[in-house]
Amino acid sequence: MNANARQFQEAAQRVTGDLRQRQFIRTALGNYETARDLRKASFQSWESARQTAATTKWQAINHLDTHLQTLAANLEARGTKVHWAGNGAQAREIILGILRDKKARSIIKSKAMTSEEIHLNGALEQAGFEVMESDLGEFIVQLRHETPYHIVFPSMHLTRGQIRELFEKELGATSSDNPEELTMVARRVMRQKYITADIGFTGGNFAIAETGMISITENEGNSRLTAALPKTMVTLIGIEKVLPKLADLALFLPMLATAGAGQTLTCYNTMYGGPRQPGEADGPEEWHVVLLDNRRTELLADAGQRDALHCIRCGACLNVCPIFRNVGGHTYGTTYSGPIGSVITPHLRGLQDWKHLSNASSLCGACTEACPVKIDLHHHLLQNRRNAAVEKPAYWERLGYRIFGIIANDPFFWSLTKKLGRLGQPLHRLVKGATLDPAGAWTRTRDLPPLARVSFKEWWRNRS
Amino acid sequence: MNEREKILARIREALQVPAPPPGSHGVHSAGPVPVTGPSPAGVEARRWLPKVGSSFEEQLALFAKNCADLKANFQAFATWEELSAALIQLREAEHWRSVASHQAELSGRACQTLNLPVCWTDRGYDVREMEPCDVGVTECDALIAQTGSVLVTSRSAGGRALSVLPPHHVVIARRAQLVADLPAAFALIQQKYAPAYPSMISFITGPSRTGDIERILVLGAHGPKKLTIYCV
Repeated sequence: MNANARQFQEAAQRVTGDLRQRQFIRTALGNYETARDLRKASFQSWESARQTAATTKWQAINHLDTHLQTLAANLEARGTKVHWAGNGAQAREIILGILRDKKARSIIKSKAMTSEEIHLNGALEQAGFEVMESDLGEFIVQLRHETPYHIVFPSMHLTRGQIRELFEKELGATSSDNPEELTMVARRVMRQKYITADIGFTGGNFAIAETGMISITENEGNSRLTAALPKTMVTLIGIEKVLPKLADLALFLPMLATAGAGQTLTCYNTMYGGPRQPGEADGPEEWHVVLLDNRRTELLADAGQRDALHCIRCGACLNVCPIFRNVGGHTYGTTYSGPIGSVITPHLRGLQDWKHLSNASSLCGACTEACPVKIDLHHHLLQNRRNAAVEKPAYWERLGYRIFGIIANDPFFWSLTKKLGRLGQPLHRLVKGATLDPAGAWTRTRDLPPLARVSFKEWWRNRS
Repeated sequence: MNEREKILARIREALQVPAPPPGSHGVHSAGPVPVTGPSPAGVEARRWLPKVGSSFEEQLALFAKNCADLKANFQAFATWEELSAALIQLREAEHWRSVASHQAELSGRACQTLNLPVCWTDRGYDVREMEPCDVGVTECDALIAQTGSVLVTSRSAGGRALSVLPPHHVVIARRAQLVADLPAAFALIQQKYAPAYPSMISFITGPSRTGDIERILVLGAHGPKKLTIYCV
């Protein structure tokens, strides 16, 4: 077992033993499900909407080269500087280059999972820049030196009491446990930062090829302010975020809001088409858009799993996953957790290092059913298991199944094994779950019912 | 070969094998994938999105209901005088001392009515002057019945910050600006602006909000705590 798998197992054991935490997460996600179902029901046909969204993404991803070129040309035509980054290191270098060029010191950031993916904050701080996350949840986990717990709800694992203590310790702010008061503490801290920051950094939810725009979805208004006040704006976005037409958003924005948080529409859905244009009141003088590959093209090369690039990062598959609900977001040890993370991480960071994630699934298919763009998530998890086994076969496992095959195919061996099993079972009780038990990992928490004294065949033969 | 060309080459190489269409579980062997559908997804999806009535009254009622759900304050007035009176009431109730706005017909008239010092954004402004303003008054491009949203752009609503920096955002709109749904709103944007789009186009749906602390709704996370929409 590799270090990542061991880490997963240990963390999973710890979290599943924490009943308070599990209850807390279950309540939050239960409320999400209620709100989401209500919104889904307001659609004339949620299922048809899913099909249209999936088809649109399928077409867009399968002509990614064309759309990216159109996107870049249209962005550049309005004065935006477009950068191409093959991997995380290149993206960090590009961004650091912009900051040095602008003689920047402080950066205000709005939520971007791509920046988590390339570990941007660490690189910026190491280079001596002051970085501040402006999304409330991200701000909280930044103060705790933690990674986001969930791709949409970064601080959902924390109670208000923990957040109050954190604000007291890190900001010297006295407040009650009231979520509203706590939110106002963050609001006050951040206000000054928007005004003084040199750089505003954002991610993006969709990139519109037709008009050369980046669309950003948020509830708090932090992204709006980040893109309004600092003199330079930098946006980091994965190459798979492309949509062909502006009007495609009329479908994707309400679907993202519904699947992501059970809202009709997220509070702010904003399309940026350039830096401040002549005659406009404000906005950045310069806008840099960094298009990130970082092994997305490797996932693209797998035609069978290519649809994993349709993902709009709504988090719906995490919210309904029985594994995520019980082991929590940090257990995965990845930027993208839950079913979608388990599908794409082996492609983005190495199959053998991350193949254990494909086993963190009951294959119930709740994720596939929840996905607004119909990614075949649980089949991809199976495919990842298969790929991992083909690439690096576990010979003892193969041998075991070969022997089982021989026994199960032969009546003599089969009945002999049963007899031996009946004899051996009482002995197994002596070591059950202990280190000496070869099946210890399984039997520690499970009981094997005693083998029947008389088999059905024997009983049938001897019935009077 | 520069990085752009390298990435594009990797994409072209990867796309030599077409992906099976969605929902086929990978078993169906597919021909070439069409570049786009017959019409944008948003237009095709009109039949699937939440239903909107066809008459103006139905749409106005739906907009009002959505605003109430979003905790935005919406009122439609028969005359400008009534709207003015409501604005003055707000000014008194919330003790406004200064306002930020932009020079356009409705926002200009609203500022005249309010009769307070104004931070105008049109030709650029000092953000330290806008930040302490009690209210931002703007026009908009459209109101969307289906979602209760206000559509603003950097051109129609005094720039990027005016509609998010002050703690109260007041939108003054005309009744005729009400559109049925999101596809109609996007059609309007394209008709009105293409190809010289404003650098920012934003759908504002209720006052700023967060649920990051125990998933409990709090209004006014970073943007306005209050959103008022008056139409005449």
